[in-house]
Amino acid sequence: MPWTAVCISKDDSLRFEQDGHRCLSYVEALNEAQRQALDSDPEVFLIGEGIDDVGGVFGSTKGLKEAFGDRVMDMPIAENGLTGVVSAAAGVGMKPVLVHMRADFLPMSMDQLTNHAAKWHYMSGGQTSIPLVVRSIIGRGWGSAAQHSQGTHSMFLSTPGLKIALPSTPYDAKGLFLSAMQDPNPVLIFEHRWLYDSVGPVPEEMYAVPLGEAIVRRKGSDVTIVAVSQTVQQAIQAADTLAEKGIEVEVVDPRTIAPLDMKTIMESVSKTGRLVICDVSCKTGGYGAEIVCRLAESDPALLQAPVHRVSFPDLPTPNSPVLEEAYYPGVDDIIAAVEAALS
Amino acid sequence: MNTAEIPRRDLLETMVLLRCFEEKIVEVYGRQDMKTPVHLYIGQEAIATGVCAHLRKEDYLVTTHRSHAHCLAKGADPQALYAEFYGRVDGCCKGMGGSMHPAFPDLGIIGTSAIVGGGIPHGVGTALASSLRGDDRISVVFFGDGASEEGTFHESLNFAALKKLPVLFVCENNGYATVSPLFNRQPNPDVSERAKGYGITSYCVDGNDVEAVYEAADKAVKQLRQGGGPVFIEAKTYRWKGHVGPGEDWKTGARDREELEQWKKECPLKRYLAKLKEDGVSASDFDALVQKTDAMLDAALEEARKSEFPPTEQMYELLYRKGGC
Repeated sequence: MPWTAVCISKDDSLRFEQDGHRCLSYVEALNEAQRQALDSDPEVFLIGEGIDDVGGVFGSTKGLKEAFGDRVMDMPIAENGLTGVVSAAAGVGMKPVLVHMRADFLPMSMDQLTNHAAKWHYMSGGQTSIPLVVRSIIGRGWGSAAQHSQGTHSMFLSTPGLKIALPSTPYDAKGLFLSAMQDPNPVLIFEHRWLYDSVGPVPEEMYAVPLGEAIVRRKGSDVTIVAVSQTVQQAIQAADTLAEKGIEVEVVDPRTIAPLDMKTIMESVSKTGRLVICDVSCKTGGYGAEIVCRLAESDPALLQAPVHRVSFPDLPTPNSPVLEEAYYPGVDDIIAAVEAALS
Repeated sequence: MNTAEIPRRDLLETMVLLRCFEEKIVEVYGRQDMKTPVHLYIGQEAIATGVCAHLRKEDYLVTTHRSHAHCLAKGADPQALYAEFYGRVDGCCKGMGGSMHPAFPDLGIIGTSAIVGGGIPHGVGTALASSLRGDDRISVVFFGDGASEEGTFHESLNFAALKKLPVLFVCENNGYATVSPLFNRQPNPDVSERAKGYGITSYCVDGNDVEAVYEAADKAVKQLRQGGGPVFIEAKTYRWKGHVGPGEDWKTGARDREELEQWKKECPLKRYLAKLKEDGVSASDFDALVQKTDAMLDAALEEARKSEFPPTEQMYELLYRKGGC
């Protein structure tokens, strides 16, 4: 299926185009999804710092101000207050999209997200719901350093009431966004800057990729890799290399880490008995820890070998290119982790 | 304002309702079956009364952990509140919110934050929705002097002024945040001075004079309904009870008893009764009103206690709103 494919190179997407599938980049898919959401419902509005700048949040909101006027609004540098503002607008039935140019700015919104938006439906006895969508972008490279490159998704994992999505393909970038727009609960979407230029098949019509459903990106019988966001591409590359050595890797992309589709992950691990987890944040307290614990709780015998995690070290991101290079894991690290799981 | 235009009887009745509602809590709280931390409003009744008298049912209202009076003044059912405080399924939030999180969406109260300052942006958010939709609802948000120290206060005032949103900010300045006095926390005792810095129309009134509050709110609401942008009212008042629970702070040594006694002389109900004597309202009329209200609340409280506790499954069912893809 073209919709499940991960295009690593231009050739991959060209093949799909030759087969008659329209291909877009991840950022074009996001832009189109927001345009269609704004177009289809007058209650949708976008707000974010610099959302109407010439750059348009790395291109993701480009042209939307011109097309939709006051429904695409710049925001004062007041992340927590404005998260409260848009949450309450959602609470009375509007459909706001809050955009943080960096996932690092999300902790500024944390009070309103974790103390308020996530709990409003619950505290009100089910009377009020907050159909809020928050987009934020994980950065990387060019000396972005410790406050412009974090994946903060794990920080929100322990707040019941939030949904958390990490799209890894252009198809999912659009489909998960549109799904979030239909969801009556607060949804955080973590995009990855390094995926913005990746290209893949994206249907023109509006469609939804369900929240809470994992997908098997590549079938294999020897080792399961669970990967999210940018690491899905890396995991596929690692799997291709390992296949040349006769090692068949299954790659599972949860797509949302809350709710987490343990069923698909369990099915895969039942088959392979070996597990490698890839994340775009620090190791401790990541979503991978939750997966391993749930496996251990339900059936520890499923695992025939120690689990390996490929994550950022438990350190803030350094600036110097030499340190940055050492900090971020790559395809080789995933290959090494799979080989270790097999040894 | 012509005094004939002021609905004096309604104002008096509302203040009596707010006072008696909470005196009932003081009366029963010692039984320890009302298991929710209550933050009482006694002494501040003139503010909720004077402001809410101008609101329509569909207008939005945002309140705080000290919420009972605002909900009642907007028209909330006392029994639904009492049942909520008792953690019953007939409570206004099915027993999920307690005293600090009442919600009455039909009255424009969509939910209540107990994080200080947390609700201020919510009133701006409902006003933003009204502005984008072009409907004629206004929003009012109540908060204490302590909340004016939070970042959300400044973020909200700035945005409301920037977008000229139909929101009325009401700061109930009772001089204390838990037990910390205002002068220990802020260099300027007039919170409304800060609102002026954002270009917001501001009034500073005697919060124990219901007609003073009513008249300021009248001007404010007229401005909001005419699209004139946000308004700020600071109402100076005093909280008789402790921060939480039915006790009084002088008993714990947190405040001087003398200070409380001085403020009790400024009781908003007594002051108003004295004024209404001009209209022929006697002390016995007032006593009869109190008795009638008290009897109604007695019945509401007993009915509330007859309600069932919620089923355990409810807490799992209410995590997410169902629907979507």
